[in-house]
Amino acid sequence: MMLQNREIRRLRDRLNVSWMIVILAIVLFLPLLLGLGLFVQSGLLLKELSIWNVLFTSQWMPMSGKFGLLSFILSSLMVTVLSLLIACPVCLLTAIHLTQYAKRYVLNIMHPVIDILAGIPSVIYGVWGILAVVPLVSKYIAPLFGVQTSGYTLLAGAIVLAIMIIPFILNILIEVFRSIPTELTEASLALGATRWQTIKFVILRKGFPGIISALGLGISRAFGETIAVLMVVGNVAKIPTGIFQPGYPLPALIANNYGEMMSIPMYQSALMFSALVLFVIVMLFNLASRIAITKFETK
Amino acid sequence: MKNSGKIITKDLNLFIGKQHILKNVNIVVPDNKITVILGPSGCGKTTLLKSMNRLTDLYPEMVLSGQILIDDKDILKAGAEVPEIRRKMGLLSQRPYPLPMSIYKNIAYGLKINGVSNHKELDDKVEYYLRLANLWDEVKDRLREPASTLSIGQQQRLCLARGLAVDPEIILADEPTSALDPLSSNAIEKQFVKLKSSYTIVVVTHILRQARRIADHIIFMYLGEVIEQGSANKFFNYPEMDKTREYLKGAFN
Ligand SMILES: Nc1ncnc2c1ncn2[C@@H]1O[C@H](COP(=O)(O)OP(=O)(O)OP(=O)(O)O)[C@@H](O)[C@H]1O
Ligand SMILES: [Mg+2]
Repeated sequence: MMLQNREIRRLRDRLNVSWMIVILAIVLFLPLLLGLGLFVQSGLLLKELSIWNVLFTSQWMPMSGKFGLLSFILSSLMVTVLSLLIACPVCLLTAIHLTQYAKRYVLNIMHPVIDILAGIPSVIYGVWGILAVVPLVSKYIAPLFGVQTSGYTLLAGAIVLAIMIIPFILNILIEVFRSIPTELTEASLALGATRWQTIKFVILRKGFPGIISALGLGISRAFGETIAVLMVVGNVAKIPTGIFQPGYPLPALIANNYGEMMSIPMYQSALMFSALVLFVIVMLFNLASRIAITKFETK
Repeated sequence: MKNSGKIITKDLNLFIGKQHILKNVNIVVPDNKITVILGPSGCGKTTLLKSMNRLTDLYPEMVLSGQILIDDKDILKAGAEVPEIRRKMGLLSQRPYPLPMSIYKNIAYGLKINGVSNHKELDDKVEYYLRLANLWDEVKDRLREPASTLSIGQQQRLCLARGLAVDPEIILADEPTSALDPLSSNAIEKQFVKLKSSYTIVVVTHILRQARRIADHIIFMYLGEVIEQGSANKFFNYPEMDKTREYLKGAFN
């Protein structure tokens, strides 16, 4: 009886293990399959045009067979970088304040609030962007620089995006700083350092891998964000030359046009290739931040 | 009137919310001696030690009252000079926490913070203090490696060197050997005995035998109160209080 029981258990164990391997394999292969699928679908475009032509020219005229993605790629990069420039200092300072200076109950109140902010659907940020950020840019910020604009600009997209990724990055940063032992702060203070010196030389350094990974994940998130940005960024397929110009990020291109142009195979293939580019860039960001983490973690 | 004693507390009380952690603590820590704070777990030894260099500031929920006199100056009244007060007191914690940088920089950090910028001087001092902490021979070829690659015992000696490098007058050590093997513990104990002619040393420990080996002066605490204090000889051989006798018999462990 006992023996049988044990055998059953061992069998179940083995079944569990093999199931887990199958699931793991699926989870690992899914992105690969996805990438492969996109690649195959892009074949039609890449047969006609060289990859360099598509990536590094900016003429987007599907009807005359011109599929230059450069302006979309640059728009995406600019909106992402700009949003990060806004979000990064805000997040760092807030996380440092909450974990190093504020009383514990403040953090206890803020943490769930930040969680809730992180969970708001992006379309709501988009609506809010149209109602608040776009007018803000056209009426107040742009005139400061002597520029006239409708407000549907890279800057508006970046602001909305920054507001969206701030809770996301902030959450990770708070965890990063909270996991640094107080004893390390004590050690530095005991040597005669001020609070600020301690933060600058010890806390930020100790948290560096975590900060990099938080920003890396923030970038991936921002780069792929579609709806909220699409709603405020203007969607003009031209290389933007300043932050008060409209832009047309890659995800917006795909979302705006996919489905409409199924009848033109080249067009469809070009959108698939755009998706592939998006996919690869986000993967590269992720990979780079992971490499950065392992590189600095040893210290 | 000049008080005799490097550190003196007067009616020191510490609350965390309604919890009374330190109760009317009046102690005298003599100069150039090893003072050992003894007492069962949770009686407030670490808290007392942290209040001596104002690390209690890090915990906004802690409320202190009374006086802590260091060289006859009340440090609880200090404002901007707190970092300088802390510099005068080296801290050695229960487990070593090397700063997230190289072995060399762990020592140089405190020096730089306190205004040493000359490279030659930094090099010399780093070597001097690593030698003082008996670590130089083991690390002289790997000064640029992260301090976290050292063994725990080596890290603890690095922390000692780091603390000594900023030229403190007092060393506060909180169970400095509890994470170490007997050999490394022994090395640290020897260090203290060697150093006591130039520093005031306060050591928290659980280990009675260690206290017997190194203590000149004992402060015995129980549930936030100081039960008995005085010379080690008297404490171990002619204890006055019942609680002390029970503790020495091992009743609380
Ligand atoms: N930050 C804090 N928040 C709340 N309570 C605390 C805090 N620090 C210490 N305490 C409480 O203060 C009391 C004294 O703690 P302390 O760490 O000083 O004891 P200890 O004598 O050092 O003990 P041990 O020998 O175990 O290290 C304990 O009851 C502890 O729970
Ligand atoms: Mg303790």
